[in-house]
Amino acid sequence: MMTLLTSLTLAEARDGLRAKKFSARELADAHLASMEKARGLNAYVLETPARALEMAKASDARIASGKAGPLEGIPLGIKDLFCTENIRTTACSKILGNFIPPYESTVTSQLWRDGAVLLGKLNNDEFAMGSSNETSHFGPVISPWRRKGSNAPLVPGGSSGGSASAVAAELCLGATGTDTGGSIRQPAAFTGIVGMKPTYGRCSRWGIVAFASSLDQAGPFARTVRDTAILMRSMAGHDPKDSTSADIAVPDYEKAIGKSVKGMKIGIPREYRIEGMPDEIDKPWEAGREWLKAAGAGIVDISLPHTKYALPAYYIVAPAEASSNLARYDGVRYGLREQGRDIIDMYEKTRASGFGHEVTRRVLIGTYVLSAGYYDAYYLRAQKVRTLIKKDFEDAFNQGVDAILTPATPSAAFAIGEKSSGDPTEMYLNDIFTVTVNMAGLPGIAVPAGLDHNGLPLGLQLIGKPFGEEELFSLGSVIEQAAGRFQPRDKWWAV
Amino acid sequence: MATADNSKRIKGQTGEWEVVIGMEVHAQVTSEAKLFSGASTAFGGAPNSHVSLVDAAMPGMLPVINRRCVEQAVRTGLGLRAQINLKSVFDRKNYFYPDLPQGYQISQFKSPVVGEGKVVVDMPDGESIEVGIERLHLEQDAGKSVHDRHPTMSGVDLNRSGVALMEIVSKPDIRSSEEAKAYVSKLRSILRYLGTCDGNMEEGSLRADVNVSVRKPGDALGTRCEIKNVNSIRFIGQAVEYEARRQIEILEEGGKIVQETRLFDANKGETRSMRSKEEAHDYRYFPDPDLLPLEFDQNFVDSIAASLPELPDEKKLRLMKEGGLSAYDAGILVNERETADYFEEVAKGRDAKVAANFVINELFGRLNKEGKAISSSPVSSSQTGAILDLIAEGTISGKIAKDLFEVVWTEGGDPRAIVEKRGMKQVTDPGAIEKVIDDIIAKNPAKVEEAKAKPKALGWFVGETMKATGGKASPQVVNELLKKKLEL
Repeated sequence: MMTLLTSLTLAEARDGLRAKKFSARELADAHLASMEKARGLNAYVLETPARALEMAKASDARIASGKAGPLEGIPLGIKDLFCTENIRTTACSKILGNFIPPYESTVTSQLWRDGAVLLGKLNNDEFAMGSSNETSHFGPVISPWRRKGSNAPLVPGGSSGGSASAVAAELCLGATGTDTGGSIRQPAAFTGIVGMKPTYGRCSRWGIVAFASSLDQAGPFARTVRDTAILMRSMAGHDPKDSTSADIAVPDYEKAIGKSVKGMKIGIPREYRIEGMPDEIDKPWEAGREWLKAAGAGIVDISLPHTKYALPAYYIVAPAEASSNLARYDGVRYGLREQGRDIIDMYEKTRASGFGHEVTRRVLIGTYVLSAGYYDAYYLRAQKVRTLIKKDFEDAFNQGVDAILTPATPSAAFAIGEKSSGDPTEMYLNDIFTVTVNMAGLPGIAVPAGLDHNGLPLGLQLIGKPFGEEELFSLGSVIEQAAGRFQPRDKWWAV
Repeated sequence: MATADNSKRIKGQTGEWEVVIGMEVHAQVTSEAKLFSGASTAFGGAPNSHVSLVDAAMPGMLPVINRRCVEQAVRTGLGLRAQINLKSVFDRKNYFYPDLPQGYQISQFKSPVVGEGKVVVDMPDGESIEVGIERLHLEQDAGKSVHDRHPTMSGVDLNRSGVALMEIVSKPDIRSSEEAKAYVSKLRSILRYLGTCDGNMEEGSLRADVNVSVRKPGDALGTRCEIKNVNSIRFIGQAVEYEARRQIEILEEGGKIVQETRLFDANKGETRSMRSKEEAHDYRYFPDPDLLPLEFDQNFVDSIAASLPELPDEKKLRLMKEGGLSAYDAGILVNERETADYFEEVAKGRDAKVAANFVINELFGRLNKEGKAISSSPVSSSQTGAILDLIAEGTISGKIAKDLFEVVWTEGGDPRAIVEKRGMKQVTDPGAIEKVIDDIIAKNPAKVEEAKAKPKALGWFVGETMKATGGKASPQVVNELLKKKLEL
């Protein structure tokens, strides 16, 4: 019974709860038990069983009185980048120490408003800077997936690695993530689940630890497209506390599931066929085209000519904003403080001790590109590139394209340690298909499409028009229907 | 740009020098809440009692612009007759300091909300100079470091952190310490008229960074030094004087001015080096990605323009034109909005010149003596008006009016009732006065002779008559009678 409950989809669990087939308490218990067994994955950095049971109890009461919210009793994991009231929030950085926020992020408060149950805080790359979840101060997250015939631990992707691993390993029914350059879509693809990065401004950034403000966007993870759509509806919405939040009504995204895609035009960008791309990546992409065609969509080749500049420009804009956003971690008001001779010494010791290598690297890069004499050559030029990338997409959409189909990642998941010890740019290449979407502020969804020769999942990415999340859910469910769902073999982590 | 006349120049060993001054005035915006948070801007709260999560830069907090502060900036821009920019951008100015929680100040760098404007400054000698405004932008104030609460540690008070400031940058159009002081006074007056800054320099609501350089007349601009955070008009004058002479001395000895930031030490009356250009921060300005560009339409500007009060320049002209006041008197009266309001209430339906004289000489004189502001004057405008009415109708003399004013000042009450009760009415009945005069003439034959020879000695008789009548005799009647009796 317990195992069965964790294997339900979010939609099934919701319906089961309403039909009183099981209680929110039972559902929470089942997940807490799985979490305990799966601690070896290191997906959760903080389990909150007391809070979970308290919330589940309240959910059961609301269900009994017929006042159930859209997510009533649904147990979720929350990326540790979201501030949660009276619950430690660290962004998986030593510098935040045991920081306990006296406030709740807008996105999570909306989830609780709708009845969801908090299971705990999920691991991520420190300040969301990474593509493998290896930069976390709490150590790397292990994917529930393994290569055929190997027990080598694999990365779940990053930065939302804990979210992806927990959802794939059935340690929650859904999770929140944040995506600055691919941090939801890449880990979703690596772990065979669904992840959406919404349009910039769709979800409030208030109460989410900032990495790069003009690129950061919260989004959901779940095991099906429908489940992702259900979560999306609760997470989205205008927030007057975030000046960049969009005042646009939130549709019932679930209604987009199964909706016909007949007559929709899908663009295939030729620039995403990168040199040396393995056949394995091309194959699901080709399959995706056929599936959508079979569903009645038209396939057209398009060009996004500035794609090749996206990654270098991203690695200027994101660190620049990060260098400024992370200035507040100075040891003065909260978090870590290393004593020093004077204030400057205290700053230097605190920040040197509190930030990990990757964060330090990006703060240094960001500080450099904003410095007098370099600003025009780097930051300003990167912003110009960003405008051109945005225009590439606008041109495609103006030609009648409704969505764009690309691979989600240039490879399947890799082993822990495989890419984290050498040249950092090798790790950055993971984001090659995803960063353009953040640079343009567009919505993107990663949907599992097949397995590689090692039996590891590969994902496809659909990119939509601004606020075109519904189209992405419709198209994503077509791919899901055709490709089927993928689960890691046996539950080796749960023994 | 104002041209310097010779009188403003400073004489050095090698000839005359011209001082060139530009100012950056930081004026705290009058608003209930801070620029990007809902926390109170009230002065004098317990440390860290007016701090929101945004002001303390807690993780994940975001700024949201306070519309009221934008209105105030636009209102000020209109009052400075300046260009209002319908689109402007907030930037981050990055530097580390304990009282700067975010690690950056949100300011406007490349695109300020207000562009070029001008301020007309009246000098005491009657000359008017025009000082160009380069720009006005909105920015956050920082908190305050507190060093006297603990033997080895410093504290931080964030009550001011995030309070809205307007930085008003002038062009280098100012040519003397007197002009510098007059410019800030005028600016302060305009801000107070507009209600956009209370101008309270003791509380730090208004402070100036003063840029000073010197040159030989006709030469290109010299290297400037910036004197930071001067917080009184008197100190601005002292700082400019000291700094100009310091620079002249260096140049005359063959030295060079080093561009640097300096502090004014009010105790010693001198400026001293704070940091050189080389040590200057690289602020790494870039547009704040948490905020959209600040945009509003012309209607917004027009509705603010429609609600602007009469400003000191216009008010002064009107008082001169309508009330026949001198430029000097009108200038004194319009300097402070409260003063002008007081005067206008007194002058309403009365002789403006008489009212101006009384207000400037009696009221201001007394207020200055006590160090009181007009807002806390014990004599109200209606009481002053009543005193003027008693003079005008001949019930009291100008001299008695002074005594009456003193009574009202210390004891309060209705001036007319006081006059009645204390018998302060002047005696205008010629018969009564005549008797007194006859008596004085009879007793002082020598003085009569003197007065006949030297009519100026009449004053003595006037004085004696007034003394004998307890000051209540109408001076006009006394003069007439004396002239007749002494056959002058």
